[in-house]
Amino acid sequence: MARGVGDILQGLESGEFSSVEITQDYLERIERLNPSLNCFISVTGEIALEQARAADAARAAGEAGPLCGVPLAHKDLFCTDGVRTSCGSRMLDNFIAPYDATVIAQCKRDGAVMLGKTNMDEFAMGSSNENSYYGPVANPWDPARVPGGSSGGSAAAVAAGLTPAATGTDTGGSIRQPAALCGVTGIKPTYGRVSRYGMVAFASSLDQGGPLAHSAADCARLLQTMAGFDQRDSTSADTALPDFSAGLDGGLAGRRIGLPKEYFAEGLDARLGDVIQQAIDELQQMGAELVEISLANIDLSIPVYYVIAMAEASSNLSRYDGVRFGHRCDDPADLEDLYKRSRWEGFGAEVKRRIMIGTYALSAGYYDAYYLKAQQLRRLIKQDFQQAFTRVDYILAPVTPETAFEIGAKANDPVSMYLQDIYTISLNLAGLPGISLPAGFVDGLPVGMQLIGNYFDESGLLAAAHAYQQVTDWHLREPGS
Amino acid sequence: MSEWESVIGLEIHAQLATTSKIFSGASTAFGAEPNTQACAVDLGLPGVLPVLNRGVVEMAIRFGVAIDADIDHRSIFARKNYFYPDLPKGYQISQYEHPIVGRGHVSITLDDGATMEIGVTRAHLEEDAGKSVHDRFAEQSGIDLNRAGTPLLEIVSEPDMRSAKQAVAYARKIHSLVRYLEICDGNMQEGSFRCDANVSIRRRGESELGTRTELKNINSFRFLERAINHEIERQIDLLEDGGAVVQETRLYDADRDETRSMRSKEEANDYRYFPDPDLLPVAITDDDIERVRASLPELPEQKKTRFVDTLGLSADNAEVLTANRDTALYFEAALEAQPELAAPIANWVLGDLAGALNKAGIEIGDSPISPARLAGLVARIADDTISGKIAKEVFEAIWQGEGDADAIIEARGLKQITDSGAIEALIDAVIADNPEQVEQFRAGKEKVLGFFVGQVMKQSQGKANPGQVNALLRDKLKA
Repeated sequence: MARGVGDILQGLESGEFSSVEITQDYLERIERLNPSLNCFISVTGEIALEQARAADAARAAGEAGPLCGVPLAHKDLFCTDGVRTSCGSRMLDNFIAPYDATVIAQCKRDGAVMLGKTNMDEFAMGSSNENSYYGPVANPWDPARVPGGSSGGSAAAVAAGLTPAATGTDTGGSIRQPAALCGVTGIKPTYGRVSRYGMVAFASSLDQGGPLAHSAADCARLLQTMAGFDQRDSTSADTALPDFSAGLDGGLAGRRIGLPKEYFAEGLDARLGDVIQQAIDELQQMGAELVEISLANIDLSIPVYYVIAMAEASSNLSRYDGVRFGHRCDDPADLEDLYKRSRWEGFGAEVKRRIMIGTYALSAGYYDAYYLKAQQLRRLIKQDFQQAFTRVDYILAPVTPETAFEIGAKANDPVSMYLQDIYTISLNLAGLPGISLPAGFVDGLPVGMQLIGNYFDESGLLAAAHAYQQVTDWHLREPGS
Repeated sequence: MSEWESVIGLEIHAQLATTSKIFSGASTAFGAEPNTQACAVDLGLPGVLPVLNRGVVEMAIRFGVAIDADIDHRSIFARKNYFYPDLPKGYQISQYEHPIVGRGHVSITLDDGATMEIGVTRAHLEEDAGKSVHDRFAEQSGIDLNRAGTPLLEIVSEPDMRSAKQAVAYARKIHSLVRYLEICDGNMQEGSFRCDANVSIRRRGESELGTRTELKNINSFRFLERAINHEIERQIDLLEDGGAVVQETRLYDADRDETRSMRSKEEANDYRYFPDPDLLPVAITDDDIERVRASLPELPEQKKTRFVDTLGLSADNAEVLTANRDTALYFEAALEAQPELAAPIANWVLGDLAGALNKAGIEIGDSPISPARLAGLVARIADDTISGKIAKEVFEAIWQGEGDADAIIEARGLKQITDSGAIEALIDAVIADNPEQVEQFRAGKEKVLGFFVGQVMKQSQGKANPGQVNALLRDKLKA
């Protein structure tokens, strides 16, 4: 069975199979495997087949778009016109948006087929996908373990072959961390590269959509469709969109890769450290030049992130009040009861925790000490990166401190869960792009490697990852084989 | 003089006259069916994002330039967080630090003709909320979000006013200004121009401010004056009875002419302002400001000066004519028809026309007498076609829609008699009929002249030129 987006496009172009056939294959696979993996919250079989038929017709008419007939899955926080967008929350269990997110609209424009909406941590808050109203997702490499989060459903669905590729979002690592734990490739673009319109907000200044797929080449194809200036998103960047696929063959010879000493100190599991070291050696053999760098303020990332992300979230989630849409409690006694019970019943524990912390951080008398301070430190973190990029083309880092942990292992330890994001969240704070790609295994579980690029240099990142994937086969390994 | 001094500041919400909302493309028209002018952005649906309507920035800068305010090069939108059913997102997009318009000032003219400077602390942009509808569903409230997202400019004054009259003068000044600038339609009944008043009192001579209350729900200048005076009295009574003023928001009830407590400070929200991450800071360059300055229309002060200096109007007339933009526009339109008659046109606009409009409860913009017709009437007085007295009859006829002055004068035969022969004939007849009075005049009783003038005018049905009648009578009686 064709596995990647590139393979499928080739098969469709050559007439080896039709979009309807390949879509049916995926729907059957989802039907068989999703009950145990729980990657999908909604499977949209009828829509998928209808879109596949339309795609086949378009291809026959010589009007095939770049993703014409390619099945995709979408994280369930991209609003889809007429199809439930739950955000993994009881709050939006009944919410059907009357519009498409820009990302969804562009996927439709380019001919993609929607298989369904993938599971996720509630409102993208989590690093394990355990915070979903629809239950946890099993990691295809070991069903007792988490797939990572919050785009856990998307990552696991790609890894398990339930979809060739999927959309995700990354606020503190939510594309890269599950990509790493599930052995797939995922890129978080520069903040502003992908429109946030119709993407249910967690933390507006950090959220960024991006693809998860089997390879950098497939990520390039998806990103081409997802990205671009959107006048409905004021933070969307009005910069030229390069041809990501055309830029893939840039190679690594002569490129300088920075190794932040702070990232390779304590906290990283030694076995993961060995895997990353092998990858570094490989990159060096490919002609890259290694440079030790320092990101002096990087240890501030976690506290800074959790103040800013939660503050923004506390405000972003205020609209879920039971008045206009979403969950409403039964028989409210009065307005305050309506608010309190609708929100109490609609939100899960982690979401409530973050709303509480964020509300506190913005409160009168605490604003300066928390939110304002965090914004100041955020600038320092950004400056560290800017400084580093005057010397190097890429920065290399781990993605996670450890491989996928068992479901439930960190359920009662939120801080330990927050530390999962230690290598990823600084990029969101700085707004930089980063790609996570498979680099090896520890005890049969995938290990990811992260490359960080300069602003709007997704092309460079994809080219570097592609070069690595030309000489390694970690990204081709499949669970259970 | 009371031992108490009142201290008043106003917060004015002026709805900016854009056709679409501040952060969405939905229409801002007033009076549509509930929720027909609320798009996904106004409803605060998940995933939607605000996009700033650049038109509102331009309008705010116009206001800033007109009050000689500081305008920051960087203006920031902030979220004001609170829960209310008519607030769809659970926060209002407003401004906190870095409002678009900083410190400025306006001058007001008091009853005695003196002027007074009132400081404007700031003016910031924000979106309006929706409305709760309580009278449509039994035991339930409805929410109408048509108004949600309508652009507002909140204009905050310094606590510079010391009486309700001053507060009203200031509010009228701002009202006039936003109308001149064409950034707000000023309609208080529809809520396009709303005044909240902060009122406190202190003993005369004290420098510290007393505890203030905020008066809301005031939709006319008359109510503004009454509400403030009412609140001042309430506070004086409280303090003189040994009580204390509680910092609270009070609603003005025009039907009962009273204010009542809405919420106290203890119940007040912590709004948790922070910069809205969905919106970039607004960059405003010196060029932007200069471009706006160059495009400003003539403002009331400038107009007033011109009316006095080049049209020769009295300062009082110029002041009243320019206080209201529509009055000034009416006057200038009339003047265009009769450029040489500034002073008499001004007198008619401020006299008979203003009186008639006031009596009929009609705004000058809707006057049944067009500026051109009023000018036509004034011209006929100036060229002696009719007398001032006949002019009042013609005015009334124009008001009733009988046509322009010339047509009415013609139809009713009101043309003044200026033919000396015709007037002499009338005089001769009157003299012949009243020999007694002729004797009295000739005996030196000058007052009797009035009697003769009256008789002649009566005989002419008011159409004889009074000046001519006077002169000719003297000649004839002395003969």
